[in-house]
Amino acid sequence: MSQADSTVEGQVTGLTIGPAFSIPTKKLAMWLFIIADTMTFAACLVAYGFLRNGSADWPRPFHSITNVAVMTLILLTSSLTMLVGLRAARAGDKAGAFRWTMITAAAGVLFALLHVREWLGLIGEGMTLFKNPWGTGLFGASFFSITGLHLSHVTGGVIALVVVGVRYKGGRYNADDIEVLGLYWHFVDLVWMFVVPLVYLLNLAH
Amino acid sequence: MTTVDERKSNGIGKDLAIYACLLVLAGLQFVIAYQKIGAAQMFGRMLTVACVEAGLAALFFMHLWTEKRGFLLFVAIFTIAVLLGLQFGWTDSTRMVVGAPFSK
Repeated sequence: MSQADSTVEGQVTGLTIGPAFSIPTKKLAMWLFIIADTMTFAACLVAYGFLRNGSADWPRPFHSITNVAVMTLILLTSSLTMLVGLRAARAGDKAGAFRWTMITAAAGVLFALLHVREWLGLIGEGMTLFKNPWGTGLFGASFFSITGLHLSHVTGGVIALVVVGVRYKGGRYNADDIEVLGLYWHFVDLVWMFVVPLVYLLNLAH
Repeated sequence: MTTVDERKSNGIGKDLAIYACLLVLAGLQFVIAYQKIGAAQMFGRMLTVACVEAGLAALFFMHLWTEKRGFLLFVAIFTIAVLLGLQFGWTDSTRMVVGAPFSK
């Protein structure tokens, strides 16, 4: 029986059981979401690997790494600004926490814009969900699915950053909410670390 | 909300160091992409670097390192079990390559 379990006159009661792992409920909920989301992304990336391995004419359409390198730099830097915002929130610096949270959101917007620009470029070259000029049509479906799923996470994260930042500034949320949101944002960054090599770098045209 | 808390407060210096490490590792992936090696070897190297990056981000940016050890183990075991479970499809993938998806 864990320390969290308690007894009332010798009987075990669930009413006074503390949160699992002594982690606050909101934070634990975010971690469970992250674990579940890890499964989603992992399934997508493994399915992508499955298709790539099983297709003889898998295309290598990327000629430059500049765009994806800049996107990676922006996302990594946004993780750092998120941490700075959290530190400010913990120190009670509301203005600083709000400012850094908004800078993080701005970085997310920039990342999304670069992503959309890249998509438009590929679409302009003739790539769709089902066909492309370079090889198997499966490439477009897997590329847009994986990067689209990630982009939707970034977009959701940006919205959440703005909402939580504004509410934190207004006094409705506290540093704990910034921390929970930070977990999500770092996770989005973490997923990108796998998307870049698997979807972009392994498909560079040499 | 902090957990085992303030033992993790080492200032912004540690965060900057981890950020720098992540940048270097991300750069390393780009260097690997231009190496003259086979696709399988390149995939292995890139995945290894990505796992190190993810580990650093999870442990230090997401503060997993300073959570209760039980929670760290829970996350690690659960995640690794799922990732390993997803690997059962590779044999089918190989069958597709040789054009025999339903071979015995």
